[in-house]
Amino acid sequence: MTQKKNNMPDINHLNDLVVQVRRDILRQVHKVNSGHPGGSLGCAEFFVALYQEILEQNLSFDMDGKDEDLFFLSNGHISPVFYSVLARSGYFPIKELKTFRLLNTRLQGHPTTHEGLPGIRIASGSLGQGISASIGAAQTKKLNNDSHLIYTLCGDGELQEGQNWEAIMYAAGKNIDNLIVTIDYNKQQIDGATDTVLPLGDLRAKFEAFNWEVIDIENGNDLEAIFSGMKLAKEKTGKGKPICVLLHTVMGNGVDFMMHTHAWHGKAPNDEQLENALAQNPETLGDY
Amino acid sequence: MKKYIDTGKKDTRSGFGDGLTELGKSNKNVVALCADLIGSLKMDDFKKNHPERFFQIGIAEANMIGIAAGMTIGGKIPFTGTFANFSTGRVYDQIRQSIAYSGKNVKICASHAGLTLGEDGATHQILEDIGLMKMLPGMTVINTCDYNQTKAATIAIASYNGPVYLRFGRPKVANFTPENQIFEIGKALKLQEGKDVTIVATGHLVWEALQAAETLNEQGISAEVINIHTIKPLDDEAILNSVSKTRCIVTAEEHNFLGGLGESVARVLATNNPTPQEFVATQDTFGESGTPEQLMEKYGLNANAICKAVLKVIDRK
Repeated sequence: MTQKKNNMPDINHLNDLVVQVRRDILRQVHKVNSGHPGGSLGCAEFFVALYQEILEQNLSFDMDGKDEDLFFLSNGHISPVFYSVLARSGYFPIKELKTFRLLNTRLQGHPTTHEGLPGIRIASGSLGQGISASIGAAQTKKLNNDSHLIYTLCGDGELQEGQNWEAIMYAAGKNIDNLIVTIDYNKQQIDGATDTVLPLGDLRAKFEAFNWEVIDIENGNDLEAIFSGMKLAKEKTGKGKPICVLLHTVMGNGVDFMMHTHAWHGKAPNDEQLENALAQNPETLGDY
Repeated sequence: MKKYIDTGKKDTRSGFGDGLTELGKSNKNVVALCADLIGSLKMDDFKKNHPERFFQIGIAEANMIGIAAGMTIGGKIPFTGTFANFSTGRVYDQIRQSIAYSGKNVKICASHAGLTLGEDGATHQILEDIGLMKMLPGMTVINTCDYNQTKAATIAIASYNGPVYLRFGRPKVANFTPENQIFEIGKALKLQEGKDVTIVATGHLVWEALQAAETLNEQGISAEVINIHTIKPLDDEAILNSVSKTRCIVTAEEHNFLGGLGESVARVLATNNPTPQEFVATQDTFGESGTPEQLMEKYGLNANAICKAVLKVIDRK
């Protein structure tokens, strides 16, 4: 049974969930003094929108994921947001977020199938591999006459890895039109702005030159903008081309001192910074 | 001594291609991917008979490995085909993360392994691939010795759930194992009974080991010949049983002595029954251009080299 979503999302509830997810992210990385809060915060709205409204998911998790939409996270380092949203969407107990990055946890530093965490279908962390795996899953959907879609999230800096461009060329050349790849376009990476580390150039023009459909979501931290952008993306599937969504986000979104900088890409807040960050995001649905 | 007859020289890669053709008929979940080497990998028949299950990836091996990993999600059994060099070294991290660590049921099928690739030279002659693959947790590593065994192994690995590295070669070599054999992953095959020395061989060196055993027999040396087609998991018991009788061993492989079959055997012996061992393998070197026969002679990978190693190891008992 695929769970169908309501046509009218409850935006207030989802915004509350976004705030709670931010708290989960901050508390996870603070506890173990490691992990990646910046990109996680920047994608909180996207993950909430995806798992609460966009994906058609079966009620229980199985690896093969037949007759449901599948999601692949290529930039595995934003695991804190992935884990928070998976837990709060019912994939595993919310209290398990306490175990993030601890010895014997299912919530490894980067997501993995190896520990059997429901919701994860492939390991990621070493960058640039997610689009290829997504293409494979998309081709299996077609072989199985399964009309559901594959959704993928990649970092923008991650596009510096060459394998992506092999995959981008292949997906268009082989008409993989049941695939929506979203790029977290925050223009930051560990060492600085993407423009200073290695410029990505005109991403829209590049994807279009590879014969992809490209959609911009100008405010990638706004739920309604995400809904309408992703709805448009879905409408463009099945027409012979893969779809790229350029999701313009702010790294560190929702915590003023973490925003618009690469500084919090892979750094945990200290006690005082955590307190400040949490005060900006008061508890909504309950901490784990 | 048992007599082994070469029923006519055939390439192991054709064994792979013909095994894949059979799988195409018998297992609808088998899909095949190739990185622009259909002819070299003998995948033409599968492509012709099952175009909907054949995927031409282009010259993009990293993408091929990732696509194969993704295709398992939903129940497909992907067989990837390219040269051994591009199947392993070029895509090590993709195999490590997307296949091995993710536990995906992908069969990485690698032709043109080792020196016998010949004239193309060292850029294409990988002698490190067994080591690379056997170090990955959960990876099964198989190196077949002739056409019949390669065909049987190709069919067998489809029924095993887990990642497999299947290594074979380019040249036409003796075809001497039984037609339509049942291939058992991890099970060593005793080809000759002997009492003075154990020769453990894999891949193209198995036929050479049999030739060496005949020569040694004429000199009054009784050699036990074991075909290890599965380097991981290794058949420890078969090796230990044999050396408990012969008390010395020669390993033979078309691979660097670092990281190959020989080192795996040495680990088993060192931890169970320390035994003199000689390694017939390349000596931490790259290959070069030449005919397969010239290269195997120059780098000491033939029956003659095995005989020399046997005399040396018997002396050390």
